[in-house]
Amino acid sequence: MELSSIRQNFPILGQKINACDLVYLDNAATTQKPIAVINALSDYYSHNNANIHRGVHTLSRRATDLFEQARKTTAQHFGVANEQQIVFTSGTTDSINMVAQGLSKLYLKPGDEIILSMLEHHSNILPWQLWAEENGGHLKVIPLLADHSLDYSAFEKLISPKTKLIAITHVSNTLGLVTDVEKIKSVANRHNIPWLLDGAQSAPHMPVNLSVLNPDFFVCSAHKMYGPTGCGILYLNERWLSELPIAKTGGGTIKTVSFEKTEYVEGALRFEPGTPNIADVIAFAEALKYMDAIGMQQIFKHESELVQYAQTLMKEIPEIDMYGIHDHKAGVISFNVKNQHPFDVGTLLDKYGIALRTGHHCTQPLMKHLGVQGTIRISFAIYNSKQEIDYFIEKLKKVIKMLS
Amino acid sequence: MATMGIEEIEKEIIEEFDFFGDDWESKYEHLIELGKSLPLIAAADKTDDKIIQGCQSRVWLNADFDDNGMVYTADSDAIITKGMIALLVRVLSHQNPTDIIRANLSFIDKIGLKEHLSPTRANGLLSMVNQMKKEALKRL
Repeated sequence: MELSSIRQNFPILGQKINACDLVYLDNAATTQKPIAVINALSDYYSHNNANIHRGVHTLSRRATDLFEQARKTTAQHFGVANEQQIVFTSGTTDSINMVAQGLSKLYLKPGDEIILSMLEHHSNILPWQLWAEENGGHLKVIPLLADHSLDYSAFEKLISPKTKLIAITHVSNTLGLVTDVEKIKSVANRHNIPWLLDGAQSAPHMPVNLSVLNPDFFVCSAHKMYGPTGCGILYLNERWLSELPIAKTGGGTIKTVSFEKTEYVEGALRFEPGTPNIADVIAFAEALKYMDAIGMQQIFKHESELVQYAQTLMKEIPEIDMYGIHDHKAGVISFNVKNQHPFDVGTLLDKYGIALRTGHHCTQPLMKHLGVQGTIRISFAIYNSKQEIDYFIEKLKKVIKMLS
Repeated sequence: MATMGIEEIEKEIIEEFDFFGDDWESKYEHLIELGKSLPLIAAADKTDDKIIQGCQSRVWLNADFDDNGMVYTADSDAIITKGMIALLVRVLSHQNPTDIIRANLSFIDKIGLKEHLSPTRANGLLSMVNQMKKEALKRL
């Protein structure tokens, strides 16, 4: 698919901000939505809306079919044979909290240890920290090498008989660095330790085949993958699909209920109490189909080219410090302008219609490690172009001049 | 008390900014210059208890009182925020507390910089204005 035709699929991109063409470079925060996703939401409420899994009437069956078909589409997208291993949640944060709360009920014991990394987003720190504080657990943190990539040899040394889980990001939301999952996996398997892969920033940018990676848990958010907000997935392997204790309960998860004893259903529905986010799940499936029609490999290739193109141009600007420069990155560049606050740079670039992110990106431990208050982050999606990067570089130079 | 009242100074600033018309670049360059020329807060007053937390840019505010009214000194680590602070300090310093509490600071809107005082703006300026008024309230 040609870039120009891809851009036409995203109605929001055609607008002006402060009389300039919108240049949207905040995709790691959330991506824009193609018309297919917007139409799916509208179609659902216009033609198919009903509550699912219970009704005998036509609309209810239709909505149920669409919802369960979305589960199959999601499973296929991630190379998962059994679609029951895909649980729909409200997003990555919700998914990680479900795992943390579930594991803390039976599996995690006082004194146990969980390994995280210095690159983690707060949402893959706080649920584990809460468990540790409430239960006398400990968090161990994989340090970074000088180039800000994970120190894998230090990682293996953190393993102890008390290590019960490794929870690690697939791609750093702040630096875009890609975790060597095979290294994590081989250590985890050798020591027989379950591991959770946070795919919030990988699933939007690269092929992710969960039957090959085979983590115990995988989580991601629809809204970073051209889908709606308030929707995401928790993938569980066969073991945890049946063994993970539920963190929340309610209607739709049961076979029989009495005041003495309740028998729960098996499979994904055990984790989806209450009326789920039906419309957004169905629209998320359309987002996955949209990505698959372009091809995840193609998306990765396009965004990698943009990263390398931008990195090369930015290296030539002497006032810029870049963090985590690497050839193999997933659509993210983090930088600062020497002696300038990220907030000032972001405020002025917004005036030129450029949307980007400034601040700590919910990775304060990483900011502390880098020795900065915050960074400026640009992040790419399939609809971004080299022309947009040229425009961004031109305006960045202008802003640097204005501020100095 | 100051020779000019709050509204007079606001009028003066509006006239100053009218010069730039719709040229936002010149307007922001002026704001940046104002930020650079802001007399800094005394190092002894730039302490953690004087920080007004914005989400991103930090603002320090010190308030004193002398025969001329309130005396504010302030600083920020972001220069655009500092420019805004310079305007607020210019308008509210050396005024009497009652006038400060009553000030609606409509000049910010009139010079086209209202977005910087929006509650969703992560720069701490709205909190700073509230803090300036609270300090004035203590001197009533």
